[in-house]
Amino acid sequence: MKYMLTLYAAPEAEPAYGTPEFDAMMGEYFGLEEKMKDTATFLAGEGLQPVQTATTLRKRDGRVETMDGPFAETREHLGGFYLIEAPDLDAALRFAAEIPAARYGSVEVRPVMEY
Amino acid sequence: MTPQALLSRVLSEDRGRLLAALISRVGDFQRAEDALQEAAASALVHWGRAGVPASPTGWLLRAALRKAIDGYRRDTTLARHRDAIAVLAEEEAAEPDPQTVPDDRLRLIFTCCHPALEEKTRIALTLRSLCGLTTPQVAAVFLDVEATMGQRLSRAKAKIAAARIPYAIPGPEDLPERLNSVLTVVYLIFTAGYAQGPATGTDLCDEAIFLARLLQSLAPDQPEVEGALALLLITHARRAARMRQGETVALSDQDRALWDRALLNEGLAILDTATARRRPGPFQIKAAIAALQCQTPADWPQIAALYLGLYRHETTPVVRLNLAVALAEAGSLPDALAILAALEASLTDYQPYHAACAEYFARAGDLTKAHAAYDRAVALATPADAAFLSRRRAHLAKKKAEHDARPSPTGRYEGTRARSSSLREFK
Repeated sequence: MKYMLTLYAAPEAEPAYGTPEFDAMMGEYFGLEEKMKDTATFLAGEGLQPVQTATTLRKRDGRVETMDGPFAETREHLGGFYLIEAPDLDAALRFAAEIPAARYGSVEVRPVMEY
Repeated sequence: MTPQALLSRVLSEDRGRLLAALISRVGDFQRAEDALQEAAASALVHWGRAGVPASPTGWLLRAALRKAIDGYRRDTTLARHRDAIAVLAEEEAAEPDPQTVPDDRLRLIFTCCHPALEEKTRIALTLRSLCGLTTPQVAAVFLDVEATMGQRLSRAKAKIAAARIPYAIPGPEDLPERLNSVLTVVYLIFTAGYAQGPATGTDLCDEAIFLARLLQSLAPDQPEVEGALALLLITHARRAARMRQGETVALSDQDRALWDRALLNEGLAILDTATARRRPGPFQIKAAIAALQCQTPADWPQIAALYLGLYRHETTPVVRLNLAVALAEAGSLPDALAILAALEASLTDYQPYHAACAEYFARAGDLTKAHAAYDRAVALATPADAAFLSRRRAHLAKKKAEHDARPSPTGRYEGTRARSSSLREFK
Protein backbone atom coordinates (compact mmCIF):
# COMPACT_ATOMS: atom_id res chain seq x y z
CA MET A 1 0.00 0.00 0.00
CA LYS A 2 1.17 3.53 -0.78
CA TYR A 3 1.45 6.11 1.97
CA MET A 4 2.03 9.83 1.70
CA LEU A 5 4.12 11.27 4.49
CA THR A 6 3.89 15.04 4.82
CA LEU A 7 6.39 16.93 6.95
CA TYR A 8 5.34 19.94 9.01
CA ALA A 9 7.62 22.13 11.10
CA ALA A 10 8.01 25.67 12.35
CA PRO A 11 10.95 27.17 10.40
CA GLU A 12 12.64 28.44 13.57
CA ALA A 13 12.59 24.93 15.06
CA GLU A 14 14.78 23.53 12.28
CA PRO A 15 18.57 23.62 12.47
CA ALA A 16 19.84 26.76 10.72
CA TYR A 17 21.50 26.52 7.32
CA GLY A 18 25.28 26.42 7.54
CA THR A 19 25.48 24.91 11.03
CA PRO A 20 26.94 21.45 11.71
CA GLU A 21 23.47 20.41 12.97
CA PHE A 22 22.04 21.32 9.58
CA ASP A 23 24.64 19.24 7.77
CA ALA A 24 23.99 16.29 10.09
CA MET A 25 20.24 16.57 9.42
CA MET A 26 20.76 16.65 5.66
CA GLY A 27 22.99 13.59 5.96
CA GLU A 28 20.13 11.81 7.68
CA TYR A 29 17.70 12.79 4.92
CA PHE A 30 20.07 11.55 2.24
CA GLY A 31 20.62 8.23 4.04
CA LEU A 32 16.96 7.60 4.86
CA GLU A 33 15.97 5.75 1.70
CA GLU A 34 18.83 3.28 2.04
CA LYS A 35 18.45 2.90 5.80
CA MET A 36 14.75 2.06 5.58
CA LYS A 37 14.81 -0.10 2.47
CA ASP A 38 13.91 -3.25 4.42
CA THR A 39 10.86 -1.55 5.95
CA ALA A 40 9.38 0.41 3.06
CA THR A 41 10.14 1.31 -0.52
CA PHE A 42 10.88 4.94 -1.31
CA LEU A 43 8.84 6.05 -4.36
CA ALA A 44 9.28 9.81 -4.29
CA GLY A 45 10.11 12.62 -1.94
CA GLU A 46 11.07 16.28 -2.07
CA GLY A 47 11.73 19.19 0.19
CA LEU A 48 9.87 22.42 -0.53
CA GLN A 49 11.04 26.03 -0.75
CA PRO A 50 10.02 28.19 2.23
CA VAL A 51 6.37 29.08 2.65
CA GLN A 52 7.01 32.69 1.59
CA THR A 53 7.34 31.36 -1.96
CA ALA A 54 3.87 29.79 -1.96
CA THR A 55 0.96 30.94 -4.11
CA THR A 56 -2.56 29.69 -3.46
CA LEU A 57 -5.09 29.52 -6.27
CA ARG A 58 -8.78 28.83 -6.53
CA LYS A 59 -11.27 29.04 -9.36
CA ARG A 60 -14.79 30.33 -8.74
CA ASP A 61 -17.39 30.91 -11.44
CA GLY A 62 -14.71 30.41 -14.02
CA ARG A 63 -12.49 33.11 -12.55
CA VAL A 64 -9.06 32.34 -11.20
CA GLU A 65 -8.17 33.98 -7.89
CA THR A 66 -4.61 33.86 -6.65
CA MET A 67 -3.34 34.62 -3.19
CA ASP A 68 0.17 35.31 -2.01
CA GLY A 69 0.99 32.76 0.65
CA PRO A 70 0.07 29.25 1.81
CA PHE A 71 -3.43 27.73 1.93
CA ALA A 72 -3.54 27.94 5.73
CA GLU A 73 -1.72 30.37 8.01
CA THR A 74 -0.23 28.12 10.64
CA ARG A 75 2.89 28.19 12.73
CA GLU A 76 4.06 24.86 11.34
CA HIS A 77 4.37 24.73 7.59
CA LEU A 78 4.36 21.93 5.06
CA GLY A 79 8.03 21.55 4.27
CA GLY A 80 8.30 18.36 2.27
CA PHE A 81 6.88 14.94 1.55
CA TYR A 82 7.63 11.30 0.95
CA LEU A 83 5.65 8.80 -1.05
CA ILE A 84 6.43 5.26 0.06
CA GLU A 85 5.20 1.75 -0.54
CA ALA A 86 4.79 -0.15 2.75
CA PRO A 87 3.09 -3.41 3.73
CA ASP A 88 1.00 -1.81 6.48
CA LEU A 89 0.59 1.23 8.71
CA ASP A 90 3.13 -0.03 11.23
CA ALA A 91 5.84 -0.10 8.58
CA ALA A 92 4.85 3.37 7.34
CA LEU A 93 4.98 4.68 10.92
CA ARG A 94 8.41 3.13 11.40
CA PHE A 95 9.63 4.98 8.30
CA ALA A 96 8.05 8.23 9.53
CA ALA A 97 9.77 7.93 12.90
CA GLU A 98 13.16 8.03 11.16
CA ILE A 99 12.50 11.31 9.35
CA PRO A 100 14.41 14.12 11.10
CA ALA A 101 11.36 16.43 10.91
CA ALA A 102 9.56 14.06 13.31
CA ARG A 103 11.92 15.30 16.05
CA TYR A 104 11.35 19.06 15.71
CA GLY A 105 8.00 19.06 13.88
CA SER A 106 5.39 16.47 12.89
CA VAL A 107 4.92 13.90 10.17
CA GLU A 108 1.43 13.09 8.96
CA VAL A 109 0.95 9.60 7.55
CA ARG A 110 -1.94 9.05 5.14
CA PRO A 111 -2.80 6.09 2.93
CA VAL A 112 -3.07 6.92 -0.75
CA MET A 113 -6.47 6.31 -2.34
CA GLU A 114 -6.65 3.19 -4.48
CA TYR A 115 -9.01 3.08 -7.46
CA MET B 1 -33.00 -24.90 24.94
CA THR B 2 -34.69 -22.87 22.21
CA PRO B 3 -32.60 -21.83 19.20
CA GLN B 4 -33.02 -18.21 20.33
CA ALA B 5 -31.70 -18.91 23.82
CA LEU B 6 -28.84 -21.03 22.49
CA LEU B 7 -27.84 -18.34 20.00
CA SER B 8 -27.79 -15.66 22.71
CA ARG B 9 -25.63 -17.87 24.87
CA VAL B 10 -23.19 -18.75 22.10
CA LEU B 11 -22.87 -15.10 21.09
CA SER B 12 -22.37 -13.87 24.63
CA GLU B 13 -19.66 -16.48 25.21
CA ASP B 14 -18.01 -16.70 21.81
CA ARG B 15 -18.72 -13.51 19.90
CA GLY B 16 -15.19 -12.13 20.40
CA ARG B 17 -13.64 -15.39 19.34
CA LEU B 18 -15.85 -15.71 16.27
CA LEU B 19 -15.26 -12.13 15.26
CA ALA B 20 -11.49 -12.46 15.68
CA ALA B 21 -11.43 -15.64 13.58
CA LEU B 22 -13.58 -14.00 10.91
CA ILE B 23 -11.56 -10.78 10.68
CA SER B 24 -8.38 -12.75 10.14
CA ARG B 25 -10.03 -14.66 7.29
CA VAL B 26 -12.21 -11.97 5.76
CA GLY B 27 -9.51 -9.33 6.13
CA ASP B 28 -11.95 -6.55 6.93
CA PHE B 29 -13.42 -5.58 10.29
CA GLN B 30 -16.76 -4.26 9.04
CA ARG B 31 -17.38 -7.09 6.57
CA ALA B 32 -16.60 -9.64 9.29
CA GLU B 33 -19.06 -8.00 11.68
CA ASP B 34 -21.77 -7.83 9.02
CA ALA B 35 -21.20 -11.46 8.07
CA LEU B 36 -21.48 -12.59 11.68
CA GLN B 37 -24.71 -10.68 12.10
CA GLU B 38 -26.18 -12.24 8.95
CA ALA B 39 -25.03 -15.69 10.08
CA ALA B 40 -26.75 -15.18 13.42
CA ALA B 41 -29.96 -14.21 11.66
CA SER B 42 -29.93 -17.32 9.49
CA ALA B 43 -29.03 -19.47 12.50
CA LEU B 44 -32.37 -18.58 14.05
CA VAL B 45 -34.24 -19.75 10.96
CA HIS B 46 -32.08 -22.76 10.25
CA TRP B 47 -31.76 -24.09 13.79
CA GLY B 48 -35.52 -23.72 14.28
CA ARG B 49 -36.18 -25.78 11.18
CA ALA B 50 -33.37 -28.33 11.02
CA GLY B 51 -32.47 -28.58 14.66
CA VAL B 52 -29.55 -27.30 16.68
CA PRO B 53 -26.09 -28.23 15.28
CA ALA B 54 -23.53 -30.19 17.31
CA SER B 55 -21.17 -27.22 17.39
CA PRO B 56 -23.14 -23.99 17.22
CA THR B 57 -19.95 -21.89 17.22
CA GLY B 58 -18.43 -23.84 14.33
CA TRP B 59 -21.73 -23.61 12.45
CA LEU B 60 -21.76 -19.83 12.90
CA LEU B 61 -18.17 -19.53 11.69
CA ARG B 62 -18.85 -21.43 8.47
CA ALA B 63 -22.13 -19.65 7.85
CA ALA B 64 -20.44 -16.30 8.38
CA LEU B 65 -17.64 -17.23 5.95
CA ARG B 66 -20.30 -17.98 3.32
CA LYS B 67 -22.02 -14.69 4.08
CA ALA B 68 -18.69 -12.88 3.69
CA ILE B 69 -18.17 -14.50 0.27
CA ASP B 70 -21.68 -13.39 -0.70
CA GLY B 71 -20.87 -9.92 0.56
CA TYR B 72 -17.76 -9.68 -1.62
CA ARG B 73 -19.72 -11.01 -4.61
CA ARG B 74 -22.47 -8.42 -4.14
CA ASP B 75 -19.87 -5.70 -4.16
CA THR B 76 -19.83 -3.88 -7.48
CA THR B 77 -16.04 -3.65 -7.52
CA LEU B 78 -15.87 -7.43 -7.70
CA ALA B 79 -12.55 -7.52 -9.54
CA ARG B 80 -10.73 -6.11 -6.54
CA HIS B 81 -12.00 -8.87 -4.30
CA ARG B 82 -11.30 -11.89 -6.48
CA ASP B 83 -8.34 -12.93 -4.32
CA ALA B 84 -10.28 -12.49 -1.09
CA ILE B 85 -13.11 -14.66 -2.42
CA ALA B 86 -10.71 -17.38 -3.53
CA VAL B 87 -9.09 -17.53 -0.12
CA LEU B 88 -12.41 -17.60 1.67
CA ALA B 89 -13.90 -20.23 -0.62
CA GLU B 90 -10.93 -22.47 0.07
CA GLU B 91 -11.26 -21.86 3.78
CA GLU B 92 -14.96 -22.61 3.69
CA ALA B 93 -14.58 -25.75 1.58
CA ALA B 94 -11.87 -27.12 3.86
CA GLU B 95 -14.50 -27.78 6.51
CA PRO B 96 -12.38 -27.05 9.52
CA ASP B 97 -13.15 -29.11 12.57
CA PRO B 98 -16.30 -27.38 13.77
CA GLN B 99 -15.37 -28.07 17.37
CA THR B 100 -12.33 -25.86 17.22
CA VAL B 101 -12.68 -22.26 16.26
CA PRO B 102 -9.12 -20.96 16.22
CA ASP B 103 -8.43 -18.20 18.71
CA ASP B 104 -7.29 -15.01 16.99
CA ARG B 105 -8.38 -12.68 19.77
CA LEU B 106 -4.85 -11.59 20.61
CA ARG B 107 -4.44 -10.16 17.12
CA LEU B 108 -7.84 -8.52 17.41
CA ILE B 109 -7.00 -6.79 20.68
CA PHE B 110 -3.73 -5.45 19.29
CA THR B 111 -5.67 -3.98 16.37
CA CYS B 112 -8.38 -2.48 18.60
CA CYS B 113 -5.75 -0.88 20.86
CA HIS B 114 -3.50 0.39 18.06
CA PRO B 115 -1.92 3.75 18.94
CA ALA B 116 -3.08 5.16 15.58
CA LEU B 117 -6.59 5.21 17.08
CA GLU B 118 -7.74 7.74 19.64
CA GLU B 119 -7.70 6.38 23.20
CA LYS B 120 -11.47 6.59 23.64
CA THR B 121 -11.91 4.72 20.36
CA ARG B 122 -9.53 1.99 21.54
CA ILE B 123 -11.61 1.48 24.68
CA ALA B 124 -14.91 1.52 22.77
CA LEU B 125 -13.69 -0.87 20.08
CA THR B 126 -12.29 -3.29 22.66
CA LEU B 127 -15.53 -3.32 24.64
CA ARG B 128 -17.56 -3.84 21.48
CA SER B 129 -15.37 -6.46 19.79
CA LEU B 130 -13.83 -8.46 22.63
CA CYS B 131 -16.21 -7.99 25.53
CA GLY B 132 -19.27 -8.30 23.30
CA LEU B 133 -20.99 -5.16 24.57
CA THR B 134 -23.62 -3.82 22.20
CA THR B 135 -23.21 -0.36 20.70
CA PRO B 136 -25.88 1.09 23.06
CA GLN B 137 -24.02 -0.43 26.02
CA VAL B 138 -20.71 1.05 24.87
CA ALA B 139 -22.43 4.42 24.37
CA ALA B 140 -23.78 4.21 27.94
CA VAL B 141 -20.27 3.69 29.31
CA PHE B 142 -19.23 7.06 27.88
CA LEU B 143 -22.63 8.71 28.42
CA ASP B 144 -22.72 9.17 24.65
CA VAL B 145 -25.69 9.11 22.33
CA GLU B 146 -25.91 5.73 20.59
CA ALA B 147 -25.67 7.25 17.10
CA THR B 148 -22.51 9.15 18.03
CA MET B 149 -20.88 6.02 19.39
CA GLY B 150 -21.98 4.06 16.31
CA GLN B 151 -20.27 6.65 14.10
CA ARG B 152 -17.11 6.52 16.19
CA LEU B 153 -16.98 2.73 15.85
CA SER B 154 -17.58 2.71 12.12
CA ARG B 155 -15.04 5.48 11.52
CA ALA B 156 -12.51 3.40 13.44
CA LYS B 157 -13.22 0.29 11.39
CA ALA B 158 -12.99 2.32 8.20
CA LYS B 159 -9.60 3.70 9.29
CA ILE B 160 -8.35 0.22 10.18
CA ALA B 161 -9.22 -0.94 6.66
CA ALA B 162 -8.13 2.17 4.72
CA ALA B 163 -4.86 2.86 6.53
CA ARG B 164 -4.17 -0.87 6.78
CA ILE B 165 -3.66 -1.02 10.50
CA PRO B 166 -2.22 -4.52 10.75
CA TYR B 167 -4.24 -7.39 12.17
CA ALA B 168 -1.22 -8.96 13.77
CA ILE B 169 0.75 -9.50 16.92
CA PRO B 170 3.55 -6.89 16.82
CA GLY B 171 7.13 -7.99 16.29
CA PRO B 172 9.57 -8.14 19.21
CA GLU B 173 10.89 -4.57 18.80
CA ASP B 174 7.40 -3.03 18.97
CA LEU B 175 5.89 -5.50 21.41
CA PRO B 176 6.64 -3.83 24.78
CA GLU B 177 5.15 -0.49 23.72
CA ARG B 178 2.15 -2.01 21.98
CA LEU B 179 1.46 -4.35 24.88
CA ASN B 180 1.54 -1.34 27.18
CA SER B 181 -1.05 0.34 24.96
CA VAL B 182 -3.31 -2.74 25.26
CA LEU B 183 -2.84 -3.00 29.03
CA THR B 184 -3.54 0.70 29.44
CA VAL B 185 -6.89 0.23 27.70
CA VAL B 186 -7.69 -2.69 30.01
CA TYR B 187 -6.68 -0.61 33.03
CA LEU B 188 -8.77 2.38 31.89
CA ILE B 189 -11.80 0.11 31.50
CA PHE B 190 -11.18 -1.11 35.04
CA THR B 191 -10.83 2.37 36.56
CA ALA B 192 -13.97 3.51 34.74
CA GLY B 193 -15.79 0.58 36.35
CA TYR B 194 -14.23 1.41 39.70
CA ALA B 195 -15.47 4.98 39.49
CA GLN B 196 -18.99 4.32 38.27
CA GLY B 197 -19.80 0.89 39.70
CA PRO B 198 -22.19 -1.34 37.77
CA ALA B 199 -24.38 1.72 37.15
CA THR B 200 -24.79 1.25 33.41
CA GLY B 201 -25.84 -2.39 33.71
CA THR B 202 -22.35 -3.43 32.62
CA ASP B 203 -19.74 -4.14 35.23
CA LEU B 204 -16.63 -2.73 33.61
CA CYS B 205 -14.39 -4.07 36.38
CA ASP B 206 -15.48 -7.60 35.46
CA GLU B 207 -14.94 -6.86 31.75
CA ALA B 208 -11.43 -5.57 32.46
CA ILE B 209 -10.56 -8.65 34.53
CA PHE B 210 -11.96 -10.85 31.76
CA LEU B 211 -9.67 -9.09 29.27
CA ALA B 212 -6.63 -9.34 31.53
CA ARG B 213 -7.24 -13.07 32.05
CA LEU B 214 -7.72 -13.52 28.31
CA LEU B 215 -4.42 -11.76 27.64
CA GLN B 216 -2.70 -13.88 30.24
CA SER B 217 -3.92 -17.07 28.55
CA LEU B 218 -3.11 -15.86 25.01
CA ALA B 219 0.23 -14.20 25.79
CA PRO B 220 1.69 -16.32 28.57
CA ASP B 221 5.09 -15.52 30.08
CA GLN B 222 4.57 -11.76 29.69
CA PRO B 223 5.34 -10.25 33.10
CA GLU B 224 3.57 -6.97 32.32
CA VAL B 225 0.35 -8.84 31.47
CA GLU B 226 0.65 -10.69 34.77
CA GLY B 227 1.41 -7.42 36.54
CA ALA B 228 -1.72 -5.80 35.12
CA LEU B 229 -3.89 -8.80 36.05
CA ALA B 230 -2.40 -8.81 39.57
CA LEU B 231 -3.06 -5.08 39.92
CA LEU B 232 -6.70 -5.52 38.92
CA LEU B 233 -7.25 -8.51 41.22
CA ILE B 234 -5.60 -6.88 44.25
CA THR B 235 -7.60 -3.69 43.77
CA HIS B 236 -10.83 -5.56 43.07
CA ALA B 237 -10.39 -7.71 46.19
CA ARG B 238 -10.89 -4.60 48.34
CA ARG B 239 -14.02 -3.54 46.52
CA ALA B 240 -16.61 -4.40 49.21
CA ALA B 241 -14.66 -2.44 51.84
CA ARG B 242 -14.00 0.79 50.01
CA MET B 243 -17.42 2.35 50.65
CA ARG B 244 -19.45 2.62 53.84
CA GLN B 245 -22.89 4.21 53.75
CA GLY B 246 -22.14 6.05 50.55
CA GLU B 247 -18.83 7.40 51.81
CA THR B 248 -15.32 6.53 50.62
CA VAL B 249 -13.33 4.65 53.24
CA ALA B 250 -9.57 5.22 53.40
CA LEU B 251 -7.52 2.08 52.89
CA SER B 252 -6.11 2.28 56.42
CA ASP B 253 -9.65 2.37 57.89
CA GLN B 254 -11.13 -0.41 55.76
CA ASP B 255 -12.71 -3.46 57.36
CA ARG B 256 -10.33 -6.15 56.19
CA ALA B 257 -12.87 -8.86 56.87
CA LEU B 258 -14.69 -7.53 53.81
CA TRP B 259 -11.70 -8.07 51.53
CA ASP B 260 -11.97 -10.96 49.10
CA ARG B 261 -9.08 -13.09 50.38
CA ALA B 262 -9.14 -15.58 47.51
CA LEU B 263 -8.92 -12.82 44.91
CA LEU B 264 -6.22 -11.00 46.87
CA ASN B 265 -4.12 -14.14 47.24
CA GLU B 266 -4.52 -14.96 43.56
CA GLY B 267 -3.34 -11.45 42.68
CA LEU B 268 -0.34 -11.70 45.00
CA ALA B 269 0.63 -15.11 43.59
CA ILE B 270 0.44 -13.83 40.00
CA LEU B 271 2.56 -10.83 40.98
CA ASP B 272 5.18 -13.20 42.42
CA THR B 273 5.26 -15.13 39.14
CA ALA B 274 5.68 -11.88 37.22
CA THR B 275 8.48 -10.44 39.34
CA ALA B 276 10.36 -13.77 39.26
CA ARG B 277 10.81 -13.22 35.51
CA ARG B 278 13.07 -10.24 36.30
CA ARG B 279 11.68 -8.01 33.55
CA PRO B 280 10.15 -5.16 35.52
CA GLY B 281 7.65 -2.71 34.04
CA PRO B 282 5.08 -0.12 35.07
CA PHE B 283 2.17 -2.51 35.66
CA GLN B 284 4.26 -4.79 37.85
CA ILE B 285 5.37 -1.77 39.87
CA LYS B 286 1.77 -0.59 40.32
CA ALA B 287 0.72 -4.08 41.41
CA ALA B 288 3.61 -4.22 43.89
CA ILE B 289 2.51 -0.86 45.33
CA ALA B 290 -1.09 -2.11 45.64
CA ALA B 291 0.22 -5.23 47.39
CA LEU B 292 2.33 -3.23 49.85
CA GLN B 293 -0.61 -0.97 50.63
CA CYS B 294 -2.55 -4.03 51.80
CA GLN B 295 -0.04 -4.75 54.55
CA THR B 296 -0.28 -3.34 58.08
CA PRO B 297 1.64 -1.26 58.70
CA ALA B 298 2.34 -0.30 55.10
CA ASP B 299 6.00 -0.07 54.19
CA TRP B 300 6.00 3.56 53.05
CA PRO B 301 9.74 3.94 52.33
CA GLN B 302 9.45 0.94 50.01
CA ILE B 303 6.31 2.35 48.38
CA ALA B 304 8.10 5.68 47.84
CA ALA B 305 11.00 3.82 46.20
CA LEU B 306 8.55 2.04 43.89
CA TYR B 307 6.87 5.31 42.87
CA LEU B 308 10.29 6.70 42.08
CA GLY B 309 10.84 3.65 39.85
CA LEU B 310 7.42 4.09 38.26
CA TYR B 311 8.23 7.72 37.50
CA ARG B 312 11.01 6.52 35.20
CA HIS B 313 8.36 4.74 33.10
CA GLU B 314 5.56 7.27 33.43
CA THR B 315 6.72 10.84 33.91
CA THR B 316 3.28 12.14 34.85
CA PRO B 317 2.23 14.64 37.54
CA VAL B 318 -0.09 12.02 39.09
CA VAL B 319 2.84 9.66 39.70
CA ARG B 320 4.77 12.53 41.30
CA LEU B 321 1.76 13.26 43.52
CA ASN B 322 1.70 9.66 44.66
CA LEU B 323 5.43 9.85 45.32
CA ALA B 324 4.84 12.94 47.49
CA VAL B 325 2.17 11.10 49.51
CA ALA B 326 4.44 8.10 50.00
CA LEU B 327 7.33 10.35 51.07
CA ALA B 328 5.14 12.18 53.57
CA GLU B 329 3.91 8.89 55.02
CA ALA B 330 7.48 7.63 55.17
CA GLY B 331 8.37 10.63 57.33
CA SER B 332 9.81 13.09 54.80
CA LEU B 333 7.17 15.79 55.06
CA PRO B 334 9.37 18.66 53.75
CA ASP B 335 10.24 16.69 50.60
CA ALA B 336 6.57 15.92 50.06
CA LEU B 337 5.58 19.58 50.47
CA ALA B 338 8.24 20.67 47.99
CA ILE B 339 6.85 18.24 45.38
CA LEU B 340 3.28 19.36 46.06
CA ALA B 341 4.28 23.01 45.58
CA ALA B 342 5.85 22.19 42.22
CA LEU B 343 2.74 20.33 41.04
CA GLU B 344 0.25 23.12 41.66
CA ALA B 345 -0.06 24.33 38.07
CA SER B 346 -0.42 20.91 36.45
CA LEU B 347 -2.92 19.38 38.92
CA THR B 348 -5.11 22.37 39.72
CA ASP B 349 -8.31 20.52 38.72
CA TYR B 350 -7.36 17.18 40.24
CA GLN B 351 -9.24 16.41 43.43
CA PRO B 352 -6.68 14.02 45.02
CA TYR B 353 -4.03 16.73 44.65
CA HIS B 354 -5.99 19.16 46.83
CA ALA B 355 -6.90 16.41 49.30
CA ALA B 356 -3.20 15.58 49.68
CA CYS B 357 -2.31 19.26 50.11
CA ALA B 358 -4.99 19.59 52.80
CA GLU B 359 -3.65 16.62 54.72
CA TYR B 360 -0.02 17.66 54.61
CA PHE B 361 -0.53 21.41 55.12
CA ALA B 362 -2.41 20.41 58.26
CA ARG B 363 0.43 18.19 59.40
CA ALA B 364 2.89 21.00 58.75
CA GLY B 365 0.78 23.29 60.91
CA ASP B 366 -0.66 25.55 58.21
CA LEU B 367 -4.35 25.18 59.05
CA THR B 368 -5.60 28.07 56.95
CA LYS B 369 -4.07 26.69 53.76
CA ALA B 370 -5.23 23.20 54.74
CA HIS B 371 -8.80 24.39 55.05
CA ALA B 372 -8.70 26.13 51.68
CA ALA B 373 -7.31 22.96 50.08
CA TYR B 374 -10.17 20.90 51.56
CA ASP B 375 -12.66 23.38 50.12
CA ARG B 376 -11.14 22.95 46.68
CA ALA B 377 -11.00 19.15 47.02
CA VAL B 378 -14.64 18.90 48.10
CA ALA B 379 -15.72 21.10 45.21
CA LEU B 380 -14.02 18.74 42.73
CA ALA B 381 -15.03 15.44 44.39
CA THR B 382 -17.63 12.79 43.59
CA PRO B 383 -20.43 12.58 46.21
CA ALA B 384 -18.80 9.63 48.02
CA ASP B 385 -15.41 11.34 48.16
CA ALA B 386 -17.00 14.67 49.09
CA ALA B 387 -18.67 13.06 52.10
CA PHE B 388 -15.36 11.68 53.27
CA LEU B 389 -13.44 14.92 52.63
CA SER B 390 -16.11 17.08 54.31
CA ARG B 391 -15.77 15.02 57.44
CA ARG B 392 -12.00 15.47 57.38
CA ARG B 393 -12.49 19.19 56.90
CA ALA B 394 -14.93 19.39 59.83
CA HIS B 395 -12.43 17.52 61.98
CA LEU B 396 -9.76 20.04 61.00
CA ALA B 397 -12.08 23.00 61.76
CA LYS B 398 -12.72 21.63 65.24
CA LYS B 399 -8.98 21.30 65.92
CA LYS B 400 -8.42 24.77 64.55
CA ALA B 401 -11.05 26.25 66.86
CA GLU B 402 -9.42 24.53 69.84
CA HIS B 403 -6.06 25.78 68.72
CA ASP B 404 -7.24 29.36 68.21
CA ALA B 405 -8.80 29.38 71.70
CA ARG B 406 -5.54 28.24 73.27
CA PRO B 407 -2.80 30.83 73.71
CA SER B 408 0.09 29.29 71.84
CA PRO B 409 3.43 31.04 71.54
CA THR B 410 4.58 28.96 68.60
CA GLY B 411 1.39 28.79 66.62
CA ARG B 412 2.27 25.25 65.67
CA TYR B 413 -0.46 22.74 65.25
CA GLU B 414 0.23 19.09 65.87
CA GLY B 415 -3.22 17.68 66.35
CA THR B 416 -3.32 15.17 63.51
CA ARG B 417 0.29 14.29 63.55
CA ALA B 418 -0.21 10.97 65.25
CA ARG B 419 -2.96 9.99 62.89
CA SER B 420 -1.92 8.29 59.73
CA SER B 421 -2.90 9.40 56.29
CA SER B 422 -6.33 8.94 54.89
CA LEU B 423 -5.18 9.48 51.37
CA ARG B 424 -3.58 6.28 50.41
CA GLU B 425 -5.83 5.05 47.73
CA PHE B 426 -4.69 7.26 44.94
CA LYS B 427 -4.81 5.88 41.48
